[in-house]
Amino acid sequence: MEKLYCKGGGCTAKLGAGILSHILERLPKQNFDENLMVGFDAKDDAAVYKLTDDIAFVQTLDFFPPMVEDPYTFGQIAAANALSDIYAMGGEVKTALNIVCFPQSSDLNILGEIMRGGLEKVKEAGGVLAGGHSIDDTDVKYGLSVTGIVNPNKIYSNNTGKAGDRLILTKRLGVGIICTAARIGEADEDTLNEAVDSMRTLNKYACDISKKYDIHACTDITGFGFLGHLMEMMGDDKSCEVYAKQIPVFEAAKALADEFLITAGGQRNRNYVGENVIFEDVPFAMEEILFDPQTSGGLLLAVGKEEADALLNELKEAGMPAAIVGEIRERENTAIKVADK
Amino acid sequence: MIKVNAIGDACPIPVVKTKNAIRELGGSGVVEVSVDNEIAVQNLLKMAKQKEYEAAFEKKSNTEYIVTINVNGGEVSDTKPVTKATVKSDEIKLKETIVVIDSDKMGDGDEEFSKTLLKGFIYALSSQDIPPAKILFYNTGVRLTTEGSASIEDLKVLEKAGAKIYSCGACLNNYGLTEKLSVGEVTNMYDIVSYLMEADLVIRP
Repeated sequence: MEKLYCKGGGCTAKLGAGILSHILERLPKQNFDENLMVGFDAKDDAAVYKLTDDIAFVQTLDFFPPMVEDPYTFGQIAAANALSDIYAMGGEVKTALNIVCFPQSSDLNILGEIMRGGLEKVKEAGGVLAGGHSIDDTDVKYGLSVTGIVNPNKIYSNNTGKAGDRLILTKRLGVGIICTAARIGEADEDTLNEAVDSMRTLNKYACDISKKYDIHACTDITGFGFLGHLMEMMGDDKSCEVYAKQIPVFEAAKALADEFLITAGGQRNRNYVGENVIFEDVPFAMEEILFDPQTSGGLLLAVGKEEADALLNELKEAGMPAAIVGEIRERENTAIKVADK
Repeated sequence: MIKVNAIGDACPIPVVKTKNAIRELGGSGVVEVSVDNEIAVQNLLKMAKQKEYEAAFEKKSNTEYIVTINVNGGEVSDTKPVTKATVKSDEIKLKETIVVIDSDKMGDGDEEFSKTLLKGFIYALSSQDIPPAKILFYNTGVRLTTEGSASIEDLKVLEKAGAKIYSCGACLNNYGLTEKLSVGEVTNMYDIVSYLMEADLVIRP
């Protein structure tokens, strides 16, 4: 089988959040457009533009270098990751465009396999692949630009949770550490396969179930890690307590983190979150997993206490490793407290 | 002592190479790791902290850092103390400290006395354990980085310890000193502003 050359792909390849905020803040302000409901100053998962009173379109794009060697699997994961931003806004996928960087001199069958994996996920999402753009480049990168729709009154913003809300996470954490370890031959095949299955699972199923409930806020866990995305969910007016022992994680990732098979991205996330998190007797490996950049991670949903158990049960019945991982509080001194419980 | 070259290696390779070197020591001793970025330094220090090894780092330049890890009580390093910083567990993030010298005098007093004070300041700065990331010279401050300055030697010590020394080009020109720069590099107002904007701490004596 053709193999890709991986060097720290997936969301570990993302630019650090700190650097990015710094650049974005310096850009000149644009003219106000009242139909732009979610733009980049909101630090949300995708842009939302209102067309009519009941239809807004959701736009996002995501692409990155390979984090697994099998091109077909890489295509599936990259597509699932890009499609996820639509689900994080509570939207429905409509069209997708391929984004491709590929060395023209190498085996084009590899590219074919990547795109086949991507197409399969777009179809599974109920969308249609409508075109794309390809560049001859030294390294392989692949992803999608996706457009979906959402009812403007039912957008899942990432920072509109309320005090008392329960936080539900729908996928296990630790895929960044596992892929990194696998790249240097330190993770076994079963471990990698588990992580791959998680990464290529669409967040569509979690999103569909969540729409039956009153979701206050939602984001997907990707490059900035669980704590980086959680911090953005808290904004500057809320705090939360996280229950470290409740968090769904790949057990293998804990062992690998204890061997310090950790990424640069994870450390960048730690620097980004900085003093906005305090850990109470949380083991080192768990800290690392909470900062680990996730490729195609799960949804993090904020839902009222009274609905939390019912939503959780439904997610679990659908086969997801979901769990209630914390709760939102009124603003305290620190945005996030992680307790070892 | 075992030296590990991890320049050009992406995380977690520097940590993996270091762990192998520590295993190779087979007991106490010192491992010295070269890496090319600050994040790798932080990941190495994190490992050392977890393993309860003493660790120190030295910034040679923006693309070269030396991390020295002392496994169970060997001599930490034979490098000069000027360039060595022992890191406390909660101090992993490196601070960007900038010293601004905007005059050839320190404070507002007798001229000769004020110049002597500034010379003393630069000398004391060169004896600190952790050098500032950058020292910016502007206006008559550029007299300190040019021929005839009594602080050239101290500034060279600072430069060797990793401090970047920049003199404002327009200022050198204004005082006719452009050809006489003796230490550091020339910079412009745009860069001065962005350095200051990005600093964690700005010190103006």
